[in-house]
Amino acid sequence: MSVTAGPPGTIRVGLFVTCLVDLFRPSVGFAAVKLLEEAGCEVVVPVQTCCGQPAYNSGDRPDARALALNVMKAFSGVDYIVAPSGSCAGMIRHHYPELFADDPGLSARARAFAEKTHELISFLTDVMKYDHVTVSYPRRVTYHDSCSGLREMGVKDQPRGLLKTVNGLELVELKDADVCCGFGGTFAVKYGEISDAIVSEKAKNISAAGAPVLLAGDLGCLMNMAGKLSRNGSQIEVRHVAEVLAGMTTEPPIGAPIRRM
Amino acid sequence: MSVQSTSPQFRQNAHQALHDVQLQKALGNVRLNFIERRAAAAGNLPEFEALRDQARDLRDHVLVHLDLYLEAYENKVLAAGGHVHFARTSEEACQIIVDLAKERSAKTVTKGKSMVSEEIGLNAALERNGMNAIETDLGEYIIQLRGEAPSHIIAPAVHLNQEDVEAEFRRVHTHLPRDRNLEEPETLLAEARAILRSKFLASDIGVTGANFLVAETGTSIIVTNEGNGDLTQLLPKVHIVVASIEKIIPTLEDASAMLRVLARSATGQDMSVYTTLSTGPRRPGDVDGPEEYHVVLVDNGRSNMLGTQFQDMLRCIRCGACMNHCPVYHAVGGHAYGWVYPGPMGAVLTPSLIGVDKAGHLPNASTFCGRCESVCPVRIPLPKLMRHWREREFERHLAPASARYGLGLWAFFAKRPRLYGLATSLAMRLLALAGRSKGRFKWLPLAGGWTDYRDMPAPQGGTFQAQWKKQEGGK
Repeated sequence: MSVTAGPPGTIRVGLFVTCLVDLFRPSVGFAAVKLLEEAGCEVVVPVQTCCGQPAYNSGDRPDARALALNVMKAFSGVDYIVAPSGSCAGMIRHHYPELFADDPGLSARARAFAEKTHELISFLTDVMKYDHVTVSYPRRVTYHDSCSGLREMGVKDQPRGLLKTVNGLELVELKDADVCCGFGGTFAVKYGEISDAIVSEKAKNISAAGAPVLLAGDLGCLMNMAGKLSRNGSQIEVRHVAEVLAGMTTEPPIGAPIRRM
Repeated sequence: MSVQSTSPQFRQNAHQALHDVQLQKALGNVRLNFIERRAAAAGNLPEFEALRDQARDLRDHVLVHLDLYLEAYENKVLAAGGHVHFARTSEEACQIIVDLAKERSAKTVTKGKSMVSEEIGLNAALERNGMNAIETDLGEYIIQLRGEAPSHIIAPAVHLNQEDVEAEFRRVHTHLPRDRNLEEPETLLAEARAILRSKFLASDIGVTGANFLVAETGTSIIVTNEGNGDLTQLLPKVHIVVASIEKIIPTLEDASAMLRVLARSATGQDMSVYTTLSTGPRRPGDVDGPEEYHVVLVDNGRSNMLGTQFQDMLRCIRCGACMNHCPVYHAVGGHAYGWVYPGPMGAVLTPSLIGVDKAGHLPNASTFCGRCESVCPVRIPLPKLMRHWREREFERHLAPASARYGLGLWAFFAKRPRLYGLATSLAMRLLALAGRSKGRFKWLPLAGGWTDYRDMPAPQGGTFQAQWKKQEGGK
């Protein structure tokens, strides 16, 4: 299952596509591949399932460890592990070392693996020094900072910087962009009513921003916000930021009809 | 007796709170006021982040040597002419204070704001023994009139609007003219102040909490913005400080470091209006001060946290920044948490003190957005500690069966990549087919927790991995 090393000189990136992108929005995965290749990386996609975060945050350490071990095995031959999600990347970067902290056989390996793991957009700008895209998107957009990306992975200026290089795009700031959307993984279902109160506040701010397009870097948050906006009857389009940066916006936005009737 | 908990009913509490129009209006103020002020105060002090590190290290140092510092503190209090009482439980703490009051035939006890006195249920204990306990902090006074518990650790009446307070004053202060003006905060404050002034003068015993206890000098420190704490502790003949054991800091120098992060984190002030240091009773030649000075040190479960995964929680200096920045607290307010301490710090501390079997919802009712940790002046890893409680719950099978089975089923597939690939690929194709006309579902079986409140976007169809395999295979 592991990936053999590429020729010397090439930067070999293992795309950790994340469960939600894999299942719900493969186009984000293809956008990530395109951006990584444009930045000069060779992209491989090892067979994968989940980083283990749902188990980890539910207190189920044994399953979280088993899943983490699978990921570390599957991605053992790459230079970097990159995910189009601050949440899944944050899980690997910050929590894998903790999961294996008291396991002498695995703690060093988990730490080394964690250090090679990045969130997509910050990897492009900070590691690959990819600071300019050559696509057009002549729309006004607003941007939500997903919590794990922002607070665990330091993703804040990187997406804004790249979005500003998109031809024709106008970025308007969202009020309380750094406040949680209320998703929180299983929280959204376990405490649906509270989650609803939080995402309702977010939807209010999104509507008030006056942009017809909402972008963010994590599909969980995006599905939560898109689901609330469409339930409210809003016409605001919701997309992963990588789709716009890769110029791959022909797919309908999140929660919009797959084929227009 | 500790105050009763409604934490097991967190979900129902939250439901009520979300439908309480007045509460929701009041909670809007939390979002507005505290956050911007803290950000401005932190931003104005270039060394603020370094001070947070220093505060964390200082608190950690104390916790490792707590026994030594408690002993040193006790000796200094005794040397200053004061008395120290150790209480293992709430009951013991209340009994010590009730006995002190009875021996002095006290009728009226005035109180400065103290969360640990809420924790031990002191007011109820005093009243059961025929004494009048009077809260002198304005917020505490208001909620005492209403028979409520604090909803916030530094702003106990933050769940109320000005009109709620006006209505309460008109209901209770019936000796005052009915047509008086109570429409501005100042008039409300003046009325409370006039009433409390007479209570201060009649008080037999003053009870305050402590923000810090200084081992070097035997000093207790309180910070307030109203000055009520000073009157509480200076006017009566007896001053009783009730504080939990972890409030110790080594030196006055350390106190100044802690004070620099406390007010900035709490209210965004550089310093609280009053910072009051008390060391022992009145000395010969002092112009004022109590004749007796007692300190009641409350453990009530804290020493059990030392040396465990939850020790970091004992760094807490009760600034309230975590709840001020918490989206869940903003949505449901403090009472929903069902015990004394709300918000993220309560979600960690409450299970530690009353048991995770009773407070199991609290560490789960978090999105783990991490904003609490990002503002904590002593850098308590609150989400991590909440996760540790979830681990204890998982080990003890305390989570609801549906959640455990759901998680187990998911983990079964997720641990088997080939099977997972086949199952998800098929499921997503079917789901995409079902959802293609609208692009979203208004209802899905077994997903009511989601679709009751928002649509579920339909998948595009075919997993990424299946499409990638096909594409790469064709190259």
